Amino acid sequence: MSEQDKNVKLSDNERLKRESNFLRGTIEQDLKDEITGGFTADNFQLIRFHGMYQQDDRDIRGERAKQKLEPLHNVMLRARMPGGIIKPEQWLAIDKFADEKTSYGSIRLTTRQTFQFHGVLKPNIKGMHQMLNSVGIDSIATAGDVNRNVLCTTNPVESELHQEAYDWAAKISEHLLPKTKAYAEIWLNGEKAETTEEPILGSNYLPRKFKTTVTIPPNNEVDVHANDLNFVAIAEDGKLVGFNVLVGGGLAMTHGDTATYPRKADDFGFIALADTLKIAEHVVSVQRDWGNRSNRKNAKTKYTLDRVGTDVFKAEVEQRAGVKFAPSRPYEFTHRGDRIGWVEGIDGKHHLTLFIQSGRILDYPDKPLKTGCRKIAEVHQGDMRMTANQNLIIAGVPADQKAVIEEIARNHGLIDDKDTEQRKNSMACVALPTCPLAMAEAERYLPSLIEKTEALLAKHGIPDDSIIMRVVGCPNGCGRAMLAEAGLVGKGPGKYNVYLGGNLEGTRIPKLYLENVGEDVYLDAFDKLIGQWASERNDGECFGDFVIRKGIVAEVKVSVTDFHA
Amino acid sequence: MLLGQLNALASPLSQEQVQKLQGLVAELNPIQQAWVSGYLAANANSAALGGVTAAVPSAGEAAALTILYGSQTGNAKGVATKLKEQAESRGLAVKLVSMADYKPTALKKEKFLSVVVSTYGEGEPPEDAETLHEFLATKKAPKLDGVKVAVIGLGDSSYEFFCQTAKDFEQRLNKLGAETVYQRADLDVDYDDEAATWITGALDAFEPDLKAQQSATGGQVVSFGAPAIAASQYTKQNPFAAELSTVQKITGRDSTKDVRHVEISLEGSDITYTPGDSLGVYFLNDEALVDEVLTLTQIDAASKVKIADEELSVRDALIEKLELTQSYPGFVEKYAIATGTPELLKLVEDKAAMREYIEPRQIFDVIRQNPAKLEAQTLVDCLRKLQARLYSIASSQAEVEDEVHLTIGLVEFEAFGSEHLGGCSGYLARRAEEGCKVKVYSEHNDNFRLPANDDTPVIMVGPGTGIAPFRAFLQERDAREAAGKNWLFFGNPHFTQDFLYQVEIQGYLKSGLLSKVDVAFSRDQAEKVYVQDKLRQNSQAVFEWLEAGAHFYICGDANRMAKDVHQALLDIIKENSGKNDEDAEQYLKDLRSANRYQKDVY
Repeated sequence: MSEQDKNVKLSDNERLKRESNFLRGTIEQDLKDEITGGFTADNFQLIRFHGMYQQDDRDIRGERAKQKLEPLHNVMLRARMPGGIIKPEQWLAIDKFADEKTSYGSIRLTTRQTFQFHGVLKPNIKGMHQMLNSVGIDSIATAGDVNRNVLCTTNPVESELHQEAYDWAAKISEHLLPKTKAYAEIWLNGEKAETTEEPILGSNYLPRKFKTTVTIPPNNEVDVHANDLNFVAIAEDGKLVGFNVLVGGGLAMTHGDTATYPRKADDFGFIALADTLKIAEHVVSVQRDWGNRSNRKNAKTKYTLDRVGTDVFKAEVEQRAGVKFAPSRPYEFTHRGDRIGWVEGIDGKHHLTLFIQSGRILDYPDKPLKTGCRKIAEVHQGDMRMTANQNLIIAGVPADQKAVIEEIARNHGLIDDKDTEQRKNSMACVALPTCPLAMAEAERYLPSLIEKTEALLAKHGIPDDSIIMRVVGCPNGCGRAMLAEAGLVGKGPGKYNVYLGGNLEGTRIPKLYLENVGEDVYLDAFDKLIGQWASERNDGECFGDFVIRKGIVAEVKVSVTDFHA
Repeated sequence: MLLGQLNALASPLSQEQVQKLQGLVAELNPIQQAWVSGYLAANANSAALGGVTAAVPSAGEAAALTILYGSQTGNAKGVATKLKEQAESRGLAVKLVSMADYKPTALKKEKFLSVVVSTYGEGEPPEDAETLHEFLATKKAPKLDGVKVAVIGLGDSSYEFFCQTAKDFEQRLNKLGAETVYQRADLDVDYDDEAATWITGALDAFEPDLKAQQSATGGQVVSFGAPAIAASQYTKQNPFAAELSTVQKITGRDSTKDVRHVEISLEGSDITYTPGDSLGVYFLNDEALVDEVLTLTQIDAASKVKIADEELSVRDALIEKLELTQSYPGFVEKYAIATGTPELLKLVEDKAAMREYIEPRQIFDVIRQNPAKLEAQTLVDCLRKLQARLYSIASSQAEVEDEVHLTIGLVEFEAFGSEHLGGCSGYLARRAEEGCKVKVYSEHNDNFRLPANDDTPVIMVGPGTGIAPFRAFLQERDAREAAGKNWLFFGNPHFTQDFLYQVEIQGYLKSGLLSKVDVAFSRDQAEKVYVQDKLRQNSQAVFEWLEAGAHFYICGDANRMAKDVHQALLDIIKENSGKNDEDAEQYLKDLRSANRYQKDVY
């Protein structure tokens, strides 16, 4: 079963990883090439392993072709920030860089609990990595076929438990990191050092991207079912004692390919803390050896589990790690949203969660968000936390600093009492104009979709209620639309597939309701459904549960059989 | 004569030669046939004379008028050719020689000399004239007592050192003892009439003595330097109304420059061109500006005026026939007198103040700031004829056939609270619509040519719109499958916005046509980087290419870039060969004499 069919041709990405000399490729030559702002051939893929994607301004691609200019190539950088914690001095450094050296002048918080720079031109790339390095940040393995940035519930209230969970997130991240020194050599002018092996990831790295979280119930802000590997924290008396391990979640699919589907993670059972790194390593190693390396659309852990059987996969992990999974400990997810505003932790410190629409921190004409964040970072004594919902927490504020920070936040539009629940529970991926995969608008469209949805809620007399609504430009999964109550997945300009039926906790995959439709069609549908929900729902019944109970869509229980049924 | 009728009896050719010719002609398209006819004519001329450059007469040879011309864009050569033709029609012996091909030591054998020379930049001689211009000021220059000379200069009075080179030549020749037989003329951009008058006057002055000496020695009429290409019927005086097919901005949306790629169809004309040539383009003035000028001068738009022998409305005259943008002292002077404006009259007395006044202004600014009621004809008489603008051609007919491409930087600036546009660039970029007709003619430039040998490497330095002729060179070499290596140096402010023809250049690199490309984007980093810096960075390789026979070309800004590149070349030669300043200069002079160092600068 572990043997790939020898006659199946490996995907071209396997060749380029093998030939890359441990992720070096000819990136350094490309950096010296002054004739193009892009990377050539294999390097285009290889820079992903170093945390960057080559992108271009798609709004002006056609215009530039007429101008006999190449696309406006630039890179997007995604930092590695396990658990999303960033110190104020780090924030000030990235704030400055975003201002001075990026085309969009923004800091983009993302669902991977980190920040992205958009629009960095080739001559500025090395300087960017050196700037990050000077404040203790890197971008190793935040993209590509590796274990990516490890998420961790931000929970600032239970500070001790969070600290332990966060430490594990950082340790797992380090443990699963590529061992090649290519990053330091290329970007930091590090000494050349030969790499001879990648003990965990293997010399060909993983078959596909791999995502890991450390989660503290009952908050499922990290969306465990969007991740390959999840360590669900089990605490006794406020102390972390071990993890339930959930394997094989993932939301990506391909339009029109029913062999692809979003899938929830399976519960493998409970492990003690001491076994955490061993289990992490061997879930990765089994996926490394058993994952499909010929068809990238079938290469993620979720497909390996469905192909070999969850039990077989689990047994192999147990055998390799020398650890038996104990029965799962009970836990419960109750919600996924961030609690916007102030909370007080058990340690007496205060924490302010700022709602950042679509995670885009930029100085808008009426809302100078970026300046506000910078001013907070200038006076803040604790840390800052980026959430998987693309929001920002100013954590660990002593009581006497609360007023100062709140004033800055209010003066810069970071606290806006007019933000509705609907706005706070809506999310979008970046999409156009920078993401090369986007088929439709997402982030730029979200504000108007929210307004229209708010109007519908108001029309049906429930203006304070909300629906977890997510818009994404493609079916690749970044905005986690496949765990929304109502998810819009881009199909073409102005056209979306509409999926309904996720729940508040993020434990149910929604199902296709409308295919390839424009705004008039789905708003009309939302109008009717919201009307029905307002008048016919059970007490406290969320929209996703309602559409399932009413049979408006069928429930997806087992993705492989139900999702496309 | 039609080929079908061609036979050995009706021609001086043998039957075998007739067959070969018929075979060859059958393979040629009309453009090629036109070229071959010109080539053969030139070839016959030079064969009769033992080579075009063998221009030095032997002692005792017939007395003749030697016409020396120094031309940058071909205008001076054109005037010199007319002078030659007029002289021939009077039965005078005449030699027409480019200064580039003239041995300075031959001066002492001259008796009758006419100099036709242009001036460019800050009073500088054209490339061709540099050596002779310099030589005349040295102690090596021979005594020229008894030599009769007449000098005519070409220039643009909107530049400070108007016709300076012609003045220098006359002064230096006089100093050596030569006698001016006819007063020098300094031709401005609109020179046709004045040139014709001067030619008649000068020949009248030369004719008696020249004829006397000619009959004494039994001389005969000879002519030199026939054009290499059959002349088109379309000329500066008789331009072709061509279809403007494309005007495409080729700088990015955030560029500080607006550069247009222009495609014009020559279909229906017999205009041909060779990479290195320029295209003369006529344009229409901005109607809004014309109407404003008419209002300011209280002239009725329908008033009839006369320009030369043509009668038309003053509005049409201002739109189509007269210069309203490029300012020059002559206009200010005439306008000052016509309007009696005291401030302007003061300027006429003070050259420096006049220069300062003209510098930021276009012609209509002068009128706008000094409005006065005028008669329509008076205004028209103040203005000079609208001149075609010359642009280096950016295409090769081997690739684009009957199209011609240009790379035009839009001249635009703010002054006195309003937007100002260049006359022609403003017309093409802002007002002309694709599909309309523009009047054009081609201007040959034999001083900017690819090497005849396709194996010869070339180095091309063309920042900004200076890239234009090199796009033509590359298309030509690509079509010819020339084996010689090609190295391009390009520069502009910003990589993302101003990399002209980036995608084409990338394609040529990929195909191997371009061996190397070095780019200098001056404002992409704290320290400004220019093409000359890139040349210096590649010092050794540049020298190796030169030693391997490379031709070196510069196109673009004359005042700074070309000089900086020249200096960089000198430094490169010194650094790699150990030569001193003088020898390095000599190295470049030798390159120039061998036509391996050519400039198209403006």
